[in-house]
Amino acid sequence: MPVPATLEFFIDPARCIGCQACVQACAECDTHRGQSMIQLDYVDRAHSTQTVPVVCMHCDSPTCAEVCPADAIKRTEDGVVHSARKPRCIACNNCVLACPFGVPKMNTEMQLMMKCNMCYDRTSVGLKPMCASVCPSQALAFGTREEMARLRPSARPVNTFQFGAQTITTKVNMMVPADDGPDWVDVTAAMHEPTIGHQMLDDIFDDDVFGGDGFIDLLNDDPADA
Amino acid sequence: MSPEPPLISRGASAPQDADRSTVPPDGRPLAEQPKWRRDFPIDWPQDEYVSRRDLVKFICLTSVAFVVGQFWIVGKSLFGRREAALPALAIADVDELPIGGAKTFRYPEGSTPRLLVRTGAATFVAYDQQCTHLLCPIVPAHREGMGVAASERGLELHCPCHNGWFDLETGRPLAGPPRRPLPRVSVEVRGSIVYATGVEEPAA
Ligand code: SF4
Ligand code: SF4
Ligand code: FES
Repeated sequence: MPVPATLEFFIDPARCIGCQACVQACAECDTHRGQSMIQLDYVDRAHSTQTVPVVCMHCDSPTCAEVCPADAIKRTEDGVVHSARKPRCIACNNCVLACPFGVPKMNTEMQLMMKCNMCYDRTSVGLKPMCASVCPSQALAFGTREEMARLRPSARPVNTFQFGAQTITTKVNMMVPADDGPDWVDVTAAMHEPTIGHQMLDDIFDDDVFGGDGFIDLLNDDPADA
Repeated sequence: MSPEPPLISRGASAPQDADRSTVPPDGRPLAEQPKWRRDFPIDWPQDEYVSRRDLVKFICLTSVAFVVGQFWIVGKSLFGRREAALPALAIADVDELPIGGAKTFRYPEGSTPRLLVRTGAATFVAYDQQCTHLLCPIVPAHREGMGVAASERGLELHCPCHNGWFDLETGRPLAGPPRRPLPRVSVEVRGSIVYATGVEEPAA
């Protein structure tokens, strides 16, 4: 049974609070019981508590499968890219190194590449993947596009990524700011930049934003007119 | 440096039909792709697909392989029973054994036990002592049953484990579970000494 076409995966890293619930829940998934396939990345640990959950983006042209010399990585008709087929995988690690998002994991004990398969046992029958079902801030969300538009009026899904010269379109969506967000996400753009940029610090003390005196009066701020 | 705008934009809105096939990174149609891309599709349905030609090829090749295998088995049972060339080894004195008497020996040194049986005044036979069923040691004995008394039947080789019987002259299985003949050890009487001169390799 394929994953229903109307249901999609949405990731909003800005909502991630680093609670690790998804990491724990992932290990409960029946398709890879006991092994968590999700990765919680610290973006810039020295300066920020921001974390980003990394799940497979299920690329339209999966780089992992493109580089697999053993023809082991297959995608089902609904666009879900699956773990390597055990009889074929030669544990060469090519996919692990090639994935633009750093998703596949090598299980050296089993000599098998394993990766997030969107909890295929659940999503193929219309249930949410484990991670999305537990994420308290819904940084990982699974549902229809309409639902998402209603719940997140200020964000918009993007599924195009730039990785060096490679353009990647994916089944999984990344949420970006609705009005001035980018049309595609440059995966490596922020590689050498501090995560909390000057932009944000500037904003806080910006006269134009906060009415003149460069002072934010948190106590007297009326949330109603914010 | 700002990246080029995306080349392909299929994404989640792409049609989800079962015939959708791998779109390579360069985005060109499948017909313009190298052959290996068609041979190794990324999509599951195409990967599972077996064409009629492939099926026919598979059936023909496997049946040819079966036929060849049958001939090989026949050929091996016809010509395959070769003797290993070994130096002769004195294994017994002629007078040491009574007619019908038996003795174990090892030939070549360190082999599994072999059984030497005196069948007549100057005739001896020898076989590997391991039963060809489950390797129990065989002994010479008279078979009883089927209306024939033990004393009326000639000497045969008996495996007591599962009541297997072998012909003394040829080593062929006569009764019980064994299906293959005992590997023969050729013996030669020179003067008063019995020599082992060769061992038949067991049928594989
Ligand atoms: S995100 Fe990585 S693992 Fe997932 S399909 Fe794309 S290349 Fe493969
Ligand atoms: S590790 Fe396995 S799945 Fe990954 S590229 Fe090598 S053979 Fe293919
Ligand atoms: S071992 Fe000889 S008959 Fe079974």
